[in-house]
Amino acid sequence: MTTARDSSPLALDEDAPPPGRPGVRRRSLIGWVLAGGTLSVAADLSLGAEPAAAAVPSPPQVPELYDLGDLQTQSALPTSQLIRIDLDAEGFAHFAIPRMEVGQGITTAAAMLIAEELEMPVEKVRVTLAKARPELVFNQLTGGSNTMQSMFTPIRVAAATAKGALLRAAATELGAQVSALSAKSGVVTGPTGTSLTYGQLATLAASAEDVAVEVSLTPRREFAVIGTARNRDDALAAVTGRKQFTMDLEVEGALPTMVCRPPTLNGSPRSVRNESAVRAMPGVTDVAVVDTGVAVRAETFGQCIDAVRALDVVWAGGPVDGEDDESVLAELRRAELPMVVPKVPILAGTLDLRVEFMFRSSAALEPNCAIADVRSDRATVWAGLKAPLVAQRDVAKAVGLPIAKVEVNVVTGGGSFGHKLFGDAAIEAAVISKAMGKPVKLMWHRADEPRQGRVHPMATSRVRATMLAGQVLTFEQRHTSVVTDFGHGLGERLTAMAAELPANLGGLGLSQSIFTLTQELPYDFGVVTQLLNEVDTRFNTGSMRNIYSPDVACANELAVDQIAKRLGKDPYAFRMSFLKNAKAKRCLEAVAKAGGWGRSLPQGVTQGIAVHTEYKGATAVLVELDTRPETVNRKVRDAVTGPRVTKAVIAVDAGLVVNPRGLEAQMMGGVADGIALALTSSSHLEDGHFLEASWDNYFYTRQWNVPPEFRCIVMPSDEELPGGAGEAGVAASVAAVACAYARATGKVPTRFPVNHGTLSFTPKSFVPPVPESPVDGLSYTS
Amino acid sequence: MPQHTFRVNGESVTVDVEDDVRLLWVLRDVLKITGPKYGCGINVCKACTSHVNGKAFNPCSVPVSDLGPEDEVTTIEGLPDTVDADLHPMQEAWLERDVAQCGYCQPGQIMAAVALVKKVRAEGRSITDADLDGIRNICRCGTYTRIREAIRDGAARM
Ligand code: FES
Ligand code: FES
Repeated sequence: MTTARDSSPLALDEDAPPPGRPGVRRRSLIGWVLAGGTLSVAADLSLGAEPAAAAVPSPPQVPELYDLGDLQTQSALPTSQLIRIDLDAEGFAHFAIPRMEVGQGITTAAAMLIAEELEMPVEKVRVTLAKARPELVFNQLTGGSNTMQSMFTPIRVAAATAKGALLRAAATELGAQVSALSAKSGVVTGPTGTSLTYGQLATLAASAEDVAVEVSLTPRREFAVIGTARNRDDALAAVTGRKQFTMDLEVEGALPTMVCRPPTLNGSPRSVRNESAVRAMPGVTDVAVVDTGVAVRAETFGQCIDAVRALDVVWAGGPVDGEDDESVLAELRRAELPMVVPKVPILAGTLDLRVEFMFRSSAALEPNCAIADVRSDRATVWAGLKAPLVAQRDVAKAVGLPIAKVEVNVVTGGGSFGHKLFGDAAIEAAVISKAMGKPVKLMWHRADEPRQGRVHPMATSRVRATMLAGQVLTFEQRHTSVVTDFGHGLGERLTAMAAELPANLGGLGLSQSIFTLTQELPYDFGVVTQLLNEVDTRFNTGSMRNIYSPDVACANELAVDQIAKRLGKDPYAFRMSFLKNAKAKRCLEAVAKAGGWGRSLPQGVTQGIAVHTEYKGATAVLVELDTRPETVNRKVRDAVTGPRVTKAVIAVDAGLVVNPRGLEAQMMGGVADGIALALTSSSHLEDGHFLEASWDNYFYTRQWNVPPEFRCIVMPSDEELPGGAGEAGVAASVAAVACAYARATGKVPTRFPVNHGTLSFTPKSFVPPVPESPVDGLSYTS
Repeated sequence: MPQHTFRVNGESVTVDVEDDVRLLWVLRDVLKITGPKYGCGINVCKACTSHVNGKAFNPCSVPVSDLGPEDEVTTIEGLPDTVDADLHPMQEAWLERDVAQCGYCQPGQIMAAVALVKKVRAEGRSITDADLDGIRNICRCGTYTRIREAIRDGAARM
């Protein structure tokens, strides 16, 4: 049994009632048929929505009962009635999802949900991204892998409402009872075989006023679309080059614009020595000094790059001038909270582990970019934004306009990984557009991204465990991190929901609350405490395909392997006997079986195995790591090769699965991230700036690092709701690779990624801040 | 301003732009051909990969003045026309395996894949793991395994 008895803020009430699953009571489902020319419906879940239990019983940890996903789902409820589907006369259903598509497949999944309830082909459902809609308050944030969890029921209720209205209209038209009609593939058929298409019915079903109707949803056993493998709805656009990202949009007068950025992190421009000379360069139309640097606007981005390189700027230093990895690590060490191991028998053995995690860039392949057109009385921006409401507010503030005068258009993003939670590019573009008095299409140079863009904070994790007679008596974790910026709206949600949160979150700061809402240890390890402390707000941080979990899980699973070793147990067998989470156990068993845990391997090839539980789901990963010299010493130009994961097997229990093909894609990406985090990808802070400026400096997984063998097992689940998937694949992956590495080398790495100590590239110049584009491309055709 | 004439996706084009502007920006900003993506501008990420005279190249690193009237540039938009079809077999393989996630890297990945298959064919062999390991295109969404499978599949269809 796990209990917390120390005086930490996590101490739980021993006398609390036994755990019960809050928030999943039966509720009446109400939809609205809205007034309009063709059929328009909305879902209303504000009736019957139950707040989650206010007190968290002992002994489970907080996230097992009420996690970050619940918080987001619950805070989205009061406005869910505004989620609406329209049917047009051609029989297409239209839905503007108040979330952002960044590659995670939510538009495809939403179309599947609508097709399921409405009994129509998925191809006839058009899902677009909604503009910033202030009335949605907390219901327009894409993050925490929460989209499917919070939108699953509202979307289905709206679609079921539409189907009901279509059937009633058809009944009138065909002179039949609703019960005698059947709907299939977008066609309603009457008892005599006469049929009407949804397109024909869309106008007939239109209502003159808003009417509330009660609906029931298709039961799970009758699902015909949900749970089937489905390709992405934008796949054709993506492979033909027709998919439009922000930089592909044509906005009248919005010329290419880039920023000459300071040589040190968050420095600022004092003055420009050669402004008129730069203004006279070919193609250049404008130069403007803004607080983040010196902006140039030109006919082409190529001419912007030349102008950025030519600018001669006097810079003021940044807030971390002179700092480096070691100085920040020293600061973290000073901030580490003490362990409070309760009294344990004198003979108990102790395991101590301390692991450091370096800064990592969360940049996507599409760099930060935004289009802005700011006039004296209004502003319009276009950007990939996961929190458009926050961006709208911030843009309004930055250019001095009322929020209502700022229109924010959400564009599909070329990847996010947490990066696009922030409106950095949208705000900067708006400021530049205002300064120049012209529309701008702003793009960050690749070099700007790792150097000035958001990073995952540096962190340390300490674990102390005590063991006696084959049992683990205590397990304590102290996670210490550079402050994570939650200024993208999650903070507001927590504050707004404060009254509804589990009682023992009271008194915790924002970061600690999020840590407590996400971290859980899936093992029966006696007294468990996991605490967070954060220091230093000088960096541009954010979450990166998960907030704390990949680092926390990596440290924990390394510790679990060490505990098993001390107790003379096999890592897999040990986990199976100590895991208290049944889903995690099933996942672990699945990967051990499919991956052949313990099979005989050549000398130098080692297995690693790890689990992770979060967002009410579980993942387990088995990897095989090849550390033989012929592999480690492979030569690839400008690359890090090193040990290679030759096989990765991941099992995921993500609750009810809407689209298994999409889920597998998310797991594949999660494993690629985990491999990079364990072995190759980090940013080096030196003398107040990050050294990385290229994909050949920041070593994200490349083809030569990819496991030739990959398998994803989607676990069957009885859950009624989907869990989170976007981030779920990362934590167990980084942990499994780390464990394999420790077993291969016989030494537990104390710093991640393991190659951070070797600088594998020559840093590019800081003045000018971006490299020149090569001119020898035709010598490298292949 | 100097004029430059070359062929793009089967048509001759003439643009008024300085000699040293890299072709990627001539395609994207001047000709509004936005399939080739920017991911680095220094011939590293390969998101801009297109073909010149049937071979893969990176227009971010080629001054427009390097091209002559006979040079044929093919971007992802023009790929199906090279086989007189609505879709190139490699694009079909990509669809079949649902390779794209965010999709940003995918035009470059597909153009690189087609050139790779042609290259190994010219060498009289088929794609090996080492060939796939040698692809430098970044996919920050990490859909590398599906890319590998789709290339083999696309090669079989080509
Ligand atoms: S933009 Fe051309 S290789 Fe990166
Ligand atoms: S699909 Fe997003 S970068 Fe490759």
